[in-house]
Amino acid sequence: MHYILEILPSLISGAGMTLQIFLWTLVGSLPLGLVLSLGLNSKFKPLKWLIDFYVWLMRGTPLLLQLIVVFYGLPLIGIVFERYEAALFAFILNYAAYFAEIFRGGLQSIDNGQYESARVLRLSYWQTIRKIVIPQVVKIVLPSVGNEVINLIKDSSLVYVIGLGDLLRAGNVATARDVTLVPLMLVGVIYLLLTAVTTFVLRRVEKHYSYWK
Amino acid sequence: MLELKNITKSFGDRTIIKDLNVTVKDGEILSIVGPSGAGKTTLLRCITGLEQVNGGEFLVDGQPFDPYTNTSNDSVIGVVFQNFELFPHLTVMQNITLAPTMVLKESKADAEATAQKLLDRLNLGDHADQYPYQLSGGQKQRVAIARALAMRPNILCYDEPTSALDPNLRQEVEKLILGLKADGMTQIVVTHDLTFAKNIADDMLHVEPNQAD
Repeated sequence: MHYILEILPSLISGAGMTLQIFLWTLVGSLPLGLVLSLGLNSKFKPLKWLIDFYVWLMRGTPLLLQLIVVFYGLPLIGIVFERYEAALFAFILNYAAYFAEIFRGGLQSIDNGQYESARVLRLSYWQTIRKIVIPQVVKIVLPSVGNEVINLIKDSSLVYVIGLGDLLRAGNVATARDVTLVPLMLVGVIYLLLTAVTTFVLRRVEKHYSYWK
Repeated sequence: MLELKNITKSFGDRTIIKDLNVTVKDGEILSIVGPSGAGKTTLLRCITGLEQVNGGEFLVDGQPFDPYTNTSNDSVIGVVFQNFELFPHLTVMQNITLAPTMVLKESKADAEATAQKLLDRLNLGDHADQYPYQLSGGQKQRVAIARALAMRPNILCYDEPTSALDPNLRQEVEKLILGLKADGMTQIVVTHDLTFAKNIADDMLHVEPNQAD
């Protein structure tokens, strides 16, 4: 117990980094994913192809590799990020691609009649997207988005590769130093707590949208 | 008065409507009847601006008018879809007031007062706060009518108003449409139900599948 209290501060500060990456990635990638998904459904084909390519690239390579490319590769062509910014940049681009695909599915499940109904009421394209389409898409995609959100908590541990100190790394350091698995077990417990809270929040959000069918 | 002059509509090399002429007089009801596949709904979609015609012209009170590109808030044509296409995430009241507030820039209070009058008129006074999934088919249809009327259309169009309802509701729909006629509303009704059409129409337009194909 004494040992746990001793290592807890470093684990909690690691968890702070995990949470920051988690929150800022969501803040950046959810809106970006939404905009990309509108492009994926666009009638302007070159735009669709470009985003298709982007999604293929982001989903087709490991996030770990993307982190390395952003932090170690981009400086070769003159684009230099700090470690933390590099991590956020890579995470946002990567998750936006997954969210774009999820939202694309949601957008396609909105019946064409809804667009026509909005059209004969003379709503503009953006009014229709904002007031008719997005509220319905949000409800449809919530379970899939929730899945990615939970994934993101654990994926954030990949930032160790560019030298950021997150929760898992804090546990690793303690384990290597003290030759015991206790810190890593504790790390597991903290991840479980984080996902439990997230799951609870996601359920509440889903419940909030259950007022209509 | 709405006049259609030499209206032609084709999809690819399939001509659906050829040189069609018809006049809808103010305050009257035109029924468009014919077997399925004859182009009734296509014609209605041209009149309501959901499809672009390939030839011919529309005149409203003698003035040329293109429903497909029209963006003015006069010469509005309201539509009641076969499946009503209510917005499932909005209450009855919000369904009706959305377009008047966003498009006509009415104040929320004005739009709600108008909507409540329409709902009372259509025997839906108590349903303002319900969601579409809580309504019966006949109630949904009346909400769709109220939603269209709230935009103060010159002409109200119906696509198969009896087909999604119980057969015994047919008289109800007849009464409703004739009631709106008594209020002075010009209406166009597409239906495959000849008896229903005869009961309500001042004028009938028979469309036949194009023999040229």
